Amino acid sequence: MAKSIDVSDLNIFYGDFLAVEDVTIPIAAKSVTAFIGPSGCGKSTFLRSLNRMHEVIRGARVEGKVLIDGQDLYGADMDPVNVRRMIGMVFQRPNPFPTMSIYDNVLAGQKLNSKRMKKTEADDIVERSLRSAGLWAEVKERLDRPGSGLSGGQQQRLCIARAISVEPEILLMDEPCSALDPISTSVIEDLIHELKTQYTIVIVTHNMQQAARVSDETAFFNLSGVGKPGRLIEHGRTEAIFSNPTDPATEAYIQGRFG
Amino acid sequence: MTSTQAPAPGRAPIRRPGDRIFSGVSLGAGLLILAILAGVAIFLTVQGIPGITASPDEVKSGKSFLPYVWPLVYGTLIAATVAMLIAVPVAIGVALFISHYAPRRLGQTLGYLIDLLAAVPSVVYGLWGIGFLAPHLVPFYAWLDEHLGFLPFFGPASATGRTILTASIVLAVMILPIMTAICREIFLQTPRLHEEAALALGATRWEMARLAIFPYARSGIVSAAMLGLGRALGETLAVAMVLSVGVGTVTANLIGSDNPSTIAANIALGFAEATGKSVNALIASGLVLFVITFLVNFAARSIVDRRKEFSGAN
Repeated sequence: MAKSIDVSDLNIFYGDFLAVEDVTIPIAAKSVTAFIGPSGCGKSTFLRSLNRMHEVIRGARVEGKVLIDGQDLYGADMDPVNVRRMIGMVFQRPNPFPTMSIYDNVLAGQKLNSKRMKKTEADDIVERSLRSAGLWAEVKERLDRPGSGLSGGQQQRLCIARAISVEPEILLMDEPCSALDPISTSVIEDLIHELKTQYTIVIVTHNMQQAARVSDETAFFNLSGVGKPGRLIEHGRTEAIFSNPTDPATEAYIQGRFG
Repeated sequence: MTSTQAPAPGRAPIRRPGDRIFSGVSLGAGLLILAILAGVAIFLTVQGIPGITASPDEVKSGKSFLPYVWPLVYGTLIAATVAMLIAVPVAIGVALFISHYAPRRLGQTLGYLIDLLAAVPSVVYGLWGIGFLAPHLVPFYAWLDEHLGFLPFFGPASATGRTILTASIVLAVMILPIMTAICREIFLQTPRLHEEAALALGATRWEMARLAIFPYARSGIVSAAMLGLGRALGETLAVAMVLSVGVGTVTANLIGSDNPSTIAANIALGFAEATGKSVNALIASGLVLFVITFLVNFAARSIVDRRKEFSGAN
């Protein structure tokens, strides 16, 4: 479990439009890497290219290499469906399946893998996943209730439970706290700290303090101009990026002077 | 907090004229529907009761009401059920193809063509059924009889192809457009968020449809099916044209020449020549159809409502 990611010379296109240009970044296993940068700079697009979710949009394609523990993510024999089973994702807005109970939501990924399992085994997975997501105590009495009846923060943790129930190698989080209140946010940040002992985590955030709090490494993305592609400006240890950035744009962004 | 205080007793809350007019208009529209429905129900009941109580020698059929109407009810339900069995999966499949699989331009063209199908008058479907479909289905019916004849549905085959199954197929084609159009619109409205949730878990497109689209669209699919079913139950001309004339027999055989008839077709065929109590008997059969439609809709709604809190509307 927990694999490293190695991205080299990655360009991401939507049709003819170059959205993200020339990204090279290594991401270590069992670490938390935060992507920061102004809106529209391509950090979400880049995150989505790490589990091929950007392909949901018609005409999206990439050039370059993404290696997961040395295995080419865009190799001819890689099925995006298998990629996404290996690399889980949590979205900006909590999106539990509204027609399913809390229990079924957690097991949704398991059912896709079409493993036949016994009730006790399923119960174990649900409990383990909800415990890891820090939600077990709050929902154990009402597992058969609809997931959409939970609060926003609980829903987001339910989505995290759903993502980790299939034991992915890597967990991608696209601004997981931007729709949540500060208390729910801090619960999820604590959770990220615990999860990184088992998973490689990549998180996109607009919240600089959050990046500083949760991540080991930080990567700063920026646009070189309106209509130009987003680029990776610099990346490194979080303390280094925040205390002593090499690029003036990074410093300006971190200090809140733009973006 | 002053704005949220309840108004003092005896003082009406301030209401804008626009709000008042709009609520009046929508209330009026709602009442109008109820009034029309009640009007139809009262007419059918008042005119139908003499037909129900008429003695066998007062009506043309020479039977008392229950034995008279039962084969027609049976035929109506069989024709509508078979039509639904054919049309619902096709409608869902086509709608899913248009909304999620087809390239955008192809999907639009296809959607447009299907909407066109809805504009074809039922007499044309009847002509098509009798002039094209029936003769072309004869060899197929013979094949069914030969190979699946052990099933009660495929007994001795009709030589003309004018059978209840042909009528059902025509009905299926007729109800397809409305069901497809509604399903397509609902499928298109599936929140992107839910679709991506499924895809990010490693769902294939079909699994995404099962996880995100169908549950979301459930109540819409039922509504679409109910509209289609309503039309299938009530369709008159096409069925009357396709089926060979007969009183209607109760038989499980879908492809025989001795076919059941439907209530609506029977009314259309019999009304012109009917006199006296026979007219009342026809109207009473209409009342039975009205009640059947009502019950089916009621049942469908209660199925949808049973899982209301899981509908995602909250």
